[in-house]
Amino acid sequence: MIILVASLILFLVGLYAIITKRNMIKIAVGFSLMEYSVNFLFAIVGFRPGAVPPILQAVEVGKVYSDPLPQALVLTAIVIGLGVTAFMLSLILRIYNRIGSFDLEEIQRLKG
Amino acid sequence: MLDLIVLLIFMIAAGIVAVEIKDLLASVIALGAVGFAVAIGFIMLAAPDLAIVQIVIEVLSVVFFVAVILKTTHVDSAAGRPYKPADIFTFVVFGVFALAFVYFGIRLFAGLAPMSRELGQVASHYLTQGLAETGAVNRVTSVVLDYRALDTLGETTVLFTAVIGVLAVLRLEGRRK
Repeated sequence: MIILVASLILFLVGLYAIITKRNMIKIAVGFSLMEYSVNFLFAIVGFRPGAVPPILQAVEVGKVYSDPLPQALVLTAIVIGLGVTAFMLSLILRIYNRIGSFDLEEIQRLKG
Repeated sequence: MLDLIVLLIFMIAAGIVAVEIKDLLASVIALGAVGFAVAIGFIMLAAPDLAIVQIVIEVLSVVFFVAVILKTTHVDSAAGRPYKPADIFTFVVFGVFALAFVYFGIRLFAGLAPMSRELGQVASHYLTQGLAETGAVNRVTSVVLDYRALDTLGETTVLFTAVIGVLAVLRLEGRRK
């Protein structure tokens, strides 16, 4: 229970960065933090006490396996997260080359 | 259990450092610390496949961040600016939302009975029949590459689209020149 709530708090740290920071790199960092916390939450949900990785063992008496389904889905989500981060960073780099600043207020002022 | 709590406290502390520090390079390095802590946590949670992927992805993502910062600037010029009344309103709204979020999260997880539940029908089918149906010793592999192979195809499509997008955005000369 405590670790589930703790990963929610990590999610909130990322959300705080996205909502209150004016620097675009900080916003990208917040996105990554939220993504990590959700992935971690799924891994916690799939874990059971004393579980071993869901890989077939030679001796299979009384083994408790962790849930393979959330692990497979999180595997997809991690890779997609890298794609999102890379695309976000390329957009940020383009904006910086045009405006000369990471500051969102600066960008709003120079609009049009 | 206790080691996971210590790890999560480290992750939250490194996350706050990453968000609040003024130097952008230090912020990205703190983000890398969070990512590698997540990889260690995956090993503790009996998910070695996730740990391997997380380490590879984390190295790549930190390299991307550092490359962008080295090409531009590492000074957060927006930090240290005095707050306006509208910002105070934002903080208050965020605080209310955070409290509600944690409250409903606790209520949701109370119904979940964490870490002791029985496996679902689909997951236990994958565990018991996986070897006979797919021939894969690793169950995560059998789910990713056989039961949900279309999902993986979609994933590679998204990744390919992201690469195309990055190339299109970063292409220096437009067609006009």
